[in-house]
Order: sequence, then structure tokens, then C-alpha cells
Amino acid sequence: MNDLRDLYAEVVMDHNRRPRNFKRIEGADREAEGFNPLCGDQISLYLNLDDGGAISDIGYVAAGCAISKAAASMMSEAVKGRSSADARKVIDGFRLLLTRKAGDDFDYEILGDLEILEGVSSYPTRIKCATLPIHTLASALSEKKNGAVSTE
Amino acid sequence: MYDVQKIRKDFPILSRKVYDKPLVYLDNAATTQKPRQVIQALVDYYEGYNANVHRGVHALSQEATERYEEARGKVARFIGAESPDEIIWTRNASESLNLVAYTWAQENIREGDEIVVTPYEHHSNLVPWQKVARDKGASLRILPMREEDNSLDMERVDEFITPRTKLLAVVHMSNGIGIINPVEELARRARAVGATVLIDATQSAPHLPVDVQGLDCDFLTLSGHKMLGPTGIGALYGRREILERMEPFLRGGEMVLEVWYDRATWNDLPMKFEAGTPNIADAIGFGAAIDYLEAVGMENVRDHEIALTAHALEAFKELEEEIDVFGPRDPERRGAIISFHSDIVHPHDLGTFLDRDGIAVRTGHHCTMPLMRELGVIATARASCYLYNTEEEIDALVDSVKRALRYFSDGAG
Repeated sequence: MNDLRDLYAEVVMDHNRRPRNFKRIEGADREAEGFNPLCGDQISLYLNLDDGGAISDIGYVAAGCAISKAAASMMSEAVKGRSSADARKVIDGFRLLLTRKAGDDFDYEILGDLEILEGVSSYPTRIKCATLPIHTLASALSEKKNGAVSTE
Repeated sequence: MYDVQKIRKDFPILSRKVYDKPLVYLDNAATTQKPRQVIQALVDYYEGYNANVHRGVHALSQEATERYEEARGKVARFIGAESPDEIIWTRNASESLNLVAYTWAQENIREGDEIVVTPYEHHSNLVPWQKVARDKGASLRILPMREEDNSLDMERVDEFITPRTKLLAVVHMSNGIGIINPVEELARRARAVGATVLIDATQSAPHLPVDVQGLDCDFLTLSGHKMLGPTGIGALYGRREILERMEPFLRGGEMVLEVWYDRATWNDLPMKFEAGTPNIADAIGFGAAIDYLEAVGMENVRDHEIALTAHALEAFKELEEEIDVFGPRDPERRGAIISFHSDIVHPHDLGTFLDRDGIAVRTGHHCTMPLMRELGVIATARASCYLYNTEEEIDALVDSVKRALRYFSDGAG
């Protein structure tokens, strides 16, 4: 039997088919490009920040597999409206989750649907698919106005 | 009579299981499996006569040198070279190509010259020429592709191969989509304008007879691990007159004749291009791989793969509404590489699905990103066969692909 449910959970497939916040934001405050040279997956990420640095809007245009698209969609929901400090907690938390380094007191709450991607940690060849959007978000939030990241 | 089951018995790995399912290995364009005979050749060297070559006067060194040079002779014979001196050992095809780019091309490409390549080039036969072109003020010309069947548009070749062409560097069989380019014809046209001809035979030589005299090329590249041999060993064929005029690539021991504090003279071919202790064991293993292929017969390998390709193309026809298979439909014009794409399931997701069925395929851009752009995709799934694959394995692939399409269109969970 070909049981891939720990990878392609229903929530993941739903985000893949109906990605939330899938849009380009013209003249966004921050933009970043993410690229996975292993498979060619690409994501362009756009952020608008309010005066306090919180993410008032987020959009992305992505070409990639179900995992990377779902991760982008889930991430966009997890950080929209959040302060940049909270967004960084999402970024760090998601990385801990996938590297199985999340401790007992780990705050799953802040990750929202992203938590379901914990199953990807059993598929080492697919971890980069899941982390591409989050790396790109980290780049967008860093000091640089426009960044480009690569998973390699 | 081609006995695929008998061949399979020579490959220990083919009897292993993956996730409790029989391994279906269809990633031969990435690397091939090794027969017992090749593995044994490595063991024999390390257990029986391990020594450095071309150095000691002792028995082991002589034995190792003989076997190592014998392997070079096998490669020369396999591709129809006039002499083993025309075979340079390298680590892989990439190193073979870089050797030409860093020596011959540095000395011979000048401002305004043109280097002609195809859209199918592996990055290793493109990126080195980008540097040469930049360094020398030369330009790269890309032969045009026909949209109908993704083959070269031969009617427009004269626009690209012109008196300005200094080098034609073309792939024989595309690792990305399996198409076989008409390299004899391209070489003939390049010769007619006085250009040097390099053929990347990394993907073709393992699967069909390749003859450097018939192809009339100046350089040709090979990779051991793509033709049943070990990793870490490749070869560059170069026509003697050209190799003799070329400067060395890497400098150091073994490639010199006499050395003073301020200068040195170069050893004869092929050692002029082989600085340092070479990869002795794997060269010998490469020789054993060639013995194996010659015993089966390259014409027989080719016939078997044409039959597999025909079977696969027929099987994929059933899925033509959901799946695009790239390259020509005629199995004679392609290798046994089925590269395909579906809007329903991304190649990466498909690759994971197939893996759980024990089926190994490659998903991605296959180190041919410009080709993927020409095809209008980011990536494909690629099933690539070899002499040990069977029609039943193709059927298992198609069956698994069908289930994956259902899984990703109906929804999971």
C-alpha cells in the first residue's frame, strides 16, 4: 500500500488546490525571490508592512510542487497581520519543527496549519520543498529591500 | 536471443526491495547499476594487485599498470579511436568538457568567434562555454528547436553553423528528453566551415554504438558510471593531432618529462593531461564495464531499448489527455528516456508517489534548465531505462503514474 497521508494530508492538498493569498502585490514594501535549484521551484513573495513593522498584507506567486505551494499558502495565513517579531517566531518555529528539534514546550499554536507539515520531516528529500517559502519570508523581512534566496 | 532475465542476475542490487516492493530502477540517465563483474574487478584490484601505476619496478606496480592501460585500450576500441593515446582519463564528463574549455578553447577561441550548441545541452556542456565566450569576446549560438516534436530544426542549421563557427559542441543523446541528435550531419556541416567538433556522448555511448571515425569528431566525452562502471571515472577522446598541440590542463607529477626549478617539459600523450596519481581502480572497473557491454553487444542493447521505448510510448498513449511526453514518437530517433509532465501532479510529488511503489525515477530539470524553459515547464518526471529493464517494469511505472494522477486529482487524506 502506498500510504502518503503523513505527507499529503487533506489540509495540505486543500492549500495546494486553493492557495490562499496567491497574488502579486504591485509596489510592495518588500519583495523576495526564492529558488530551489534541485527541482526548479520558484516563489516570488510580496509584503506590505505597517508603520510598526507588522505584516499588513502578504502575497506570493509560486510555481512548485504540492508541498511548496501548500507551505506558502499556510505560511501566508500564519503571518498575515502579525508583528515582525511574531513572523520571526513562525519562521524559527517551522524550521525547528521540520528538523525535529521542537522541544516539549514548543508553541504549535503560532504555526497555524503549517503544523501539519511536520510529517514532511519523514521525507528528507522533500524538506527543502516545505522550507522554500519560509526561507524567502526570512529574506523579505531582513534588512535588504529586495532579496533572493536559494535552498542550496 | 536477448535474455534480459539472465542479464538481471548479474546485477545484485536489482533483487533488493524498496518499501517492501521490488525495486524498479528507472533512473539510469542519472547513474546505472553495476554488474557483479565490475564490482569484482574493483575487489580484485584492491585485494590482488593494488599499487601505483607508471612508477614502481616491482611486480604489483607492473601488474596494476598493465591492467590500467588495458582499460584505456578498451575505451579506445569501444569508440573506435585510432590509439589508446587519444583517451584521457578524467573524473567524469564534466571534467572532460572543462579540460577542453580550459585548454583548447583558451588557445583557439578568439574575439568574434562563435560556439554552436543545442537547446538540449546538459549544463556541463553549456556553462564552460559561457565562460569561454565571456573571456574571449566570442558568442554562443543555440541551434533552433522545432515545437512539434522538440527536435532540432535542421532546415535552419546554415543560419547557425557559418564561417564564424569555431566550435560545435553538441550532445548526442539528450539526458533531459532522450532525443538523439543527427550529430553526423551537424559534424559534417561544421567540418565544411572549418570548425572543431565536440560531441557529448555521455548519454549515448552507454546505449548505442558510437564510433568517433564515423562521427568525424575531434573530441568526445564519456562517463563511466552512466555505462555500468564506477563513479569518479570518465574519459575524454581527442584526436591525436589536436591533443599534441594543446597545453596541459592540470600540472604536477606524472604529466612531466623533465623538470628544472624554473621550467618543465611535458610527457607524451595521454599522460600530458593526467597529473597526479590517477583513479586506478575505477579506470579498471570502467574497463570491466566495457567488457560487459561488448559481451552483450551494443547493437543488442540498442534493439532492446528501442523495444522498451516503443512499449512505453504505447503505454503512455492511454494517458495522453493528462500527460505530455516530450520528444519524437519514433523510438529510432530517441533513447529509452521517457520525460513527461502533467498539470495534475507536479513532478516532485509524482516522484515521491512512485518512490513509495518502489519505482525510482528522476524528477526535476535534469541539469537542463534552458531546455525546460523551451518546453515551457519547470521540471519533468523522467524514466530512463537500460539493458536490464523489462516491459513489466514499464507497466508497473504506468500503473503507478495512473494511480498518482487519481490520487492528486481526487484529493487525498
